[in-house]
Amino acid sequence: MSVLVTESRLADPDQTYRALIEAHRGLPDEDSAALNSRLVLILANHIGEHAVLQEAIALAKQSMEPKDASE
Amino acid sequence: MNTRKVLYQFGYRRCPDQDRPSPAQHPVVVVGAGPVGLCTAIDLAQRGIPVVLLDDADRIGEGSRGICYAKRTLEILDRLGAAHPCLEKGVTWKIGKVFQNNDLLYAFDLLPEDGHKMPAFINLQQYYLEHALVERAAALPYLEIRWRNKVVDLKRRNDGATLTVETPEGPYDLDAEWVVAADGARSALRTMLGLEFKGEVFEDRFLIADVRMKGSFPSERWFWFDPPFHDGHSALLHKQPDDVWRIDLQLGPDADVKAEQTPERVMPRLRQMLGHDDFSLEWVSVYTFQCRRLERFVHGRVVFVGDAAHQVSPFGARGANSGIQDADNLAWKLAFIINGEAPERLIESYDIERSAAADENIGHSTRSTDFIAPRSAQELRFRDATLSLARHAPFAKRMVNSGRLSMPSTYDTPLSTPDADPWSGSARLGAPLPDAPMRDRSGQPIWLLEAIGGEETILHIPNGAQPPTGSRVLIIGDDLIDEHGFFAQRFDASPGSTYLVRPDQHLAARWRHAPPSLIENASRRLKGFEGDRA
Repeated sequence: MSVLVTESRLADPDQTYRALIEAHRGLPDEDSAALNSRLVLILANHIGEHAVLQEAIALAKQSMEPKDASE
Repeated sequence: MNTRKVLYQFGYRRCPDQDRPSPAQHPVVVVGAGPVGLCTAIDLAQRGIPVVLLDDADRIGEGSRGICYAKRTLEILDRLGAAHPCLEKGVTWKIGKVFQNNDLLYAFDLLPEDGHKMPAFINLQQYYLEHALVERAAALPYLEIRWRNKVVDLKRRNDGATLTVETPEGPYDLDAEWVVAADGARSALRTMLGLEFKGEVFEDRFLIADVRMKGSFPSERWFWFDPPFHDGHSALLHKQPDDVWRIDLQLGPDADVKAEQTPERVMPRLRQMLGHDDFSLEWVSVYTFQCRRLERFVHGRVVFVGDAAHQVSPFGARGANSGIQDADNLAWKLAFIINGEAPERLIESYDIERSAAADENIGHSTRSTDFIAPRSAQELRFRDATLSLARHAPFAKRMVNSGRLSMPSTYDTPLSTPDADPWSGSARLGAPLPDAPMRDRSGQPIWLLEAIGGEETILHIPNGAQPPTGSRVLIIGDDLIDEHGFFAQRFDASPGSTYLVRPDQHLAARWRHAPPSLIENASRRLKGFEGDRA
């Protein structure tokens, strides 16, 4: 069973970031939220491992906690 | 309060061309005596090509403007004989730090290895660079600068152009075989040719302020996302010479340009940032920016360089640095063409190589701007998500983008002869050579790039066979001693290895074992004689 990879796997992270920005550019906020939801589902399926997804959810939540709580 | 302090004043002088009955003929006229025009003119003059450099002003001043000069630019300035005063005066730095709020997100080191003559970056007010270049230009017999000479008309011909030049004593005409347009972002020559300057316009406004103070900050680049002293926006702090600090504050798209420059607005902002009152304001300006370029940089015998050809956002120090690299790329080609050593189509390779470099620079600075100045609620969420994930996951740290600092382009160009052998090391085909500390025949220390200078050069490691012949050959171990092995490592060198270097110090070809015919072909190719397009 694999674990969540948090090291950078992207050859060009700036390009990947730009692709996300471009996908959203010009969209109303609600459409952006809808697009993100679809993206998350597509990528979750691509990952294909429930445990990895759980780890990703935990990391995302952890990064949303107030700073003091995590440090 | 946009102080326009005059730092260096030059005089208009009548020149003999103004009294001729018909226009004087010149091989090259460069328009615009900013850093890029000056570098182009100096490089050409060093190569023995007479140059007239025209500028509509007669002074250097008007704020510090471009302040970051990258390693490759310094290497070029060194070849042009102007690096020394810049290094003496400039603030050397290589460490950058990125903060979110009060916390350090990460630090980076731009030049973590030894054995390079030039530092990763220096900070220097643009006027000091321009002054060093003007001094250097004055020492060159083939270079004539004409201040208060403003080009008001340009007529193109197949074999050159006629320029009408306005002076305090009236206009005169000049004939040039080649015109180099280095007249900046608002290029008048570009307008005269009716050329479109296409690209993306950014709405965010930024306040730029140079303050003088005795600071306790180190010589590092500090960038803040959402700093405690400037809510919701970004800030940048850089040290310059003379106890001057560059401060760059994001104001957002709705800021009032006029009001934001008033001391009543600026001083409290800076007080909040610096935590004290003990500073004076040197220069303030509010700017927006664009990322755009000409579709082609070569229009017959008129060649565009620097901001006249392409404009980027200031994040990443890619403006002056890329412009000086344009000059570096263009000068040897023009000199070869004018001297009849290369076909005129060699100039096409300037367009190919520097267009690709401009796209690279525009791409980087656009992506940095996306990150620094998000345009919508969603873009802001992506940005903030990246910043907060950066505290927990290495991948996000790599996505944080506070400006990717200028690196020289690796040319994918018809002038290069493709590698036939596998190579490791840091030297790359099409890229500027990595520098290395060497010793010359008499045992004196010399840097590799100093030894190469501005000439086409063959570097060769002996292997007992007949060494190559060519315009200029340097034998490693004989002409240049690789005392500490830096060369061997960076060039993945072994006995028999041979490298062909362009006059701009980019690597054009390399072989493990090179028959003379291959070297000769590669040398013809780098001059534009071979290949489909160049």
